Amino acid sequence: MMDAQKRRGGWSWWYLLFVIQFAVALWPPLYNKIEPTLMGIPFFYWFQLLWVIVSAVFTAVVYFATSD
Amino acid sequence: MQDVNWVALSIFVALFAFITWLGFAAAHWRKGDLDQLHEWGLGGRRFGTLITWFLVGGDVYTAYTFIAVPALAFGAGAVAFFAVPYTIIIYPLLFLVFRRLWHVCSKHGYITAGDFVRGRFGNRWLALAVTVTGIVATMPYIALQLVGIQVVIGALGISGTGFAADLPLLIAFVVLAAFTYSSGLRAPASIAIVKDLLIYITALVAIIVIPMELGGFAKIFAAVPAQKILLAVPGPNTTGSYSGYATLALGSAMALFLYPHSLTGILSASSGHAIRRNAAMLPGYTFMLGLLALFGFFVIAAGVDKLPEYAAGFKQFGNNFAVPALLLHSFPSWFVGIAFAAIGIGALVPAAIMSIAAANLYTRNIHREFINKNPTDKQESHMAKLVSLIVKVGALVFILFVPTQYAIQLQLLGGIWIIQTLPPVMLGAYTRWFNSWALLAGWAVGTCAGTLMAIATKLTPTFPLHVGSHTFPGYTAVYTVALNLLVAVVLTPVFNAMSAQRAPVDETVAADYHA
Repeated sequence: MMDAQKRRGGWSWWYLLFVIQFAVALWPPLYNKIEPTLMGIPFFYWFQLLWVIVSAVFTAVVYFATSD
Repeated sequence: MQDVNWVALSIFVALFAFITWLGFAAAHWRKGDLDQLHEWGLGGRRFGTLITWFLVGGDVYTAYTFIAVPALAFGAGAVAFFAVPYTIIIYPLLFLVFRRLWHVCSKHGYITAGDFVRGRFGNRWLALAVTVTGIVATMPYIALQLVGIQVVIGALGISGTGFAADLPLLIAFVVLAAFTYSSGLRAPASIAIVKDLLIYITALVAIIVIPMELGGFAKIFAAVPAQKILLAVPGPNTTGSYSGYATLALGSAMALFLYPHSLTGILSASSGHAIRRNAAMLPGYTFMLGLLALFGFFVIAAGVDKLPEYAAGFKQFGNNFAVPALLLHSFPSWFVGIAFAAIGIGALVPAAIMSIAAANLYTRNIHREFINKNPTDKQESHMAKLVSLIVKVGALVFILFVPTQYAIQLQLLGGIWIIQTLPPVMLGAYTRWFNSWALLAGWAVGTCAGTLMAIATKLTPTFPLHVGSHTFPGYTAVYTVALNLLVAVVLTPVFNAMSAQRAPVDETVAADYHA
């Protein structure tokens, strides 16, 4: 039970960025389309690659905003 | 098969010789007493942010990944890109859950997941279940890495019959076994740096040069059959390829860091900060993996699968020959040598870490727990070194004498099995609420159900779950770990009520889980 309290104490609202990261990555209808293309690459591919970068930035933000 | 490519072969051999030297020299790097298990098997927990980045990168993005993901894109199309959302969502898990595990393992000197579960739940049988699952899931994974080496050796034009055909693989294997034995985790950690530089060079050059040769991305995608470019839109009453894609990504992500070799990479980090920083830095590899997946489409656009000189390779290795053929077709021999060395060395790094991880598990959670309860440090580290050899010989025998298809199917089953250790390991990092016998029951139910469902779907990853008139195709691992968890939640109060002993055994305290 001590743990449960500790976890609540350890919660940070910044972790919501992770939820966004998950929700978008795991919702294929959002990106399963060809248009708009980027340099000839269908949306499906360049969007997911872009999401890699966005996710890394989110994680970096959480890293700087929370403590160990 | 085509003639031996001497230029490529020379460069390949030279780079292999270099990393062999490096692997042995690594024993002296950040020197520690290799007669202690945590020095041999965890590099003394001395790796900072950058080395951890290379090491975990070498763990997650293996040679087999670099061959199999583009091969899947080449054969099946868009679904191969599930590797991208998969390797996006692993990092929040690393950041939150495995940082806690790092802290508790570092405080109590735990080396394996089995150690943690034993300490947290005080149940040696639950720890044994976690341990055996880890070892069994790792074995076919090592075998697949050897497949990666086999494909590039074949693509270099080396062929033969009988013993001669297997000789190059045997040499690579002896090299791997020898430096792992002598240097422990320091060997793959140092080689991972070379491997990644080579892989990044190869990927960056190829992603720029090949599309230029083929006339740009628009032309490449125009050559790909339309049904391969996107996921099939689900029909009525089914979530179709969408739920398949999302659950494959989710299940693979939940399973990844439960694999012993991933945990070994994480636990060898020197601080919780190093882990959290890596969660933001490791997506660098994910980006590259996404680019590499596109190589599958380059293969289609370049039409290399139709060229007579590669027909024998495709016949022998199937779609796994797609990337080597593309590289042979697009680049001069010297660059092919570098690229193939990157794939070959990229197989040795995870294979070494996997065998070390399996050896740590056996030594700590089977041998010490059930056979020799009070080993000296030296006995313990010697046992681990010996087991790392046995594990590798097992993988080699498997690859030489059993059809490759079995290794792939076993690896698929391995993913379903390893995810069943999620409740005790990942949830255990947060709560001691579960009854350990309930967790064991959940593990058993999940493992059996997963195996049966996999067999029922003829060893394909997705299971069509029918609810009423609706169908939800999804990754078997996700469905069965949910079942596992349900069993553990339902049985926990039941077993607690039956048991006389109320106070749970737990040698960890809440403060152990953070800095």
